Amino acid sequence: MSWLDVLAILRGAVTTLTLSCLGILIGLPLGLGLAVIRWARLPGLAQVVAVYVSLLRATPLVTLLLLLFFALPELGLPLGPVPAAILALVMNTAAFNCEVWRAALMNFPREQYEAAQAVGMPALTRFRRIVLPQIARASLPGLFNEMSLLIKVTPVLAVVGVVDITRAAVRIGAESFEPLPPFLLAVAVYAPIVFAFVALQRAVERRHARREAAA
Amino acid sequence: MIRDFGIVWEERGLLAQGLANTVLLSIVGALIAAALGALLAPVLAARLPLLRKAAQAAVDALRCVPFLLFAYLVYYGLPSLGVSLDNWSSGLAALGLYHAAYMAEILRGAWAALPREPIEAGHAFGLYGWRHFRRLVLPLLLLAAGPVLGNQVIQIIKDSAFLTIIALPELTHAASSIQSRRYVPFAAFLSAVLLYWALCLIVEAGVARVGRLAEARR
Repeated sequence: MSWLDVLAILRGAVTTLTLSCLGILIGLPLGLGLAVIRWARLPGLAQVVAVYVSLLRATPLVTLLLLLFFALPELGLPLGPVPAAILALVMNTAAFNCEVWRAALMNFPREQYEAAQAVGMPALTRFRRIVLPQIARASLPGLFNEMSLLIKVTPVLAVVGVVDITRAAVRIGAESFEPLPPFLLAVAVYAPIVFAFVALQRAVERRHARREAAA
Repeated sequence: MIRDFGIVWEERGLLAQGLANTVLLSIVGALIAAALGALLAPVLAARLPLLRKAAQAAVDALRCVPFLLFAYLVYYGLPSLGVSLDNWSSGLAALGLYHAAYMAEILRGAWAALPREPIEAGHAFGLYGWRHFRRLVLPLLLLAAGPVLGNQVIQIIKDSAFLTIIALPELTHAASSIQSRRYVPFAAFLSAVLLYWALCLIVEAGVARVGRLAEARR
């Protein structure tokens, strides 16, 4: 494996990280929106969201990605590998984030919401100033956990031709007939990124536990 | 569109074969993972600090590796070390080894959270060793860990789809081959997605049953 190959895998890492960040940035608020729809029990819509979440949580990312990549052009919406990859990541992570947000919403003390209502706070301000800061804090460990899971499934994106860490490693392995070194390097690039999110999650959990012990 | 689903129906044998293989992979993979996890869990709780820390480090490290890369390492990497496995054995080895780390962690957690009283009561009644474990500890452990183990099985079902990249003829692979021969991508992959959904709903129903059983025995 030459320096050029190492560089190719690192360039793939930039792609992997960019796509992961995009997936997280879009999937996070989308998941919150879905959770609010279920929490507010919007008639009809809440049921649709419930089915969506159940279905998406059961769908392997490879299958979803292949569905989007091959089927959307058939429905008149041709997507390149990168947009298909982002869409698949967002659809997948939004469903999992929805469950994390929803758990926090269900545990939110109703009295606070009603108190804000009683002093005449408009609905949006109520949500933004009273509900969101508290549920965001409660959801943080679950959301970090979901981010680490999202990064762990990104090697799948190589299947439709996104040139990420995995595709770079597969190509180098095939050209050099020595697949072990590039795959080990790919693992060495992935593991610290995933570990960073796991460590973040644990740190937040510890801080919560300390706060609760103090309170 | 209806016609496309008709084409998938014509290919139902292939899809059913894929589904059967996915179920087989998941069950055997889960059994291997559970067995290895059960062997590893006591090491994670070992009294020897060095042994315990080494096991914990190995489990943590494996949990930071993406499954797909792990499967590639097993399938393409092991032959360079002189170990050659066909795609079925390497797929099963990858699923079993990878999820053993998670299973061990789940079992250790459930073990640590077990109430001490019934266990000590067993000793007081003269139950020791294997009989004590089988009659008292194991049922408590399985009932407590049921939901988390169920989630892990769902994760195994979903990870088995990744094995399509090493040409294992599982469900996603069957859908791919239907779409490439008959050009019905939407119908083929949607059918696969719905079948995965059905599998997960079945596992969830099983978990709910175990949960009710645990509730009733309390």
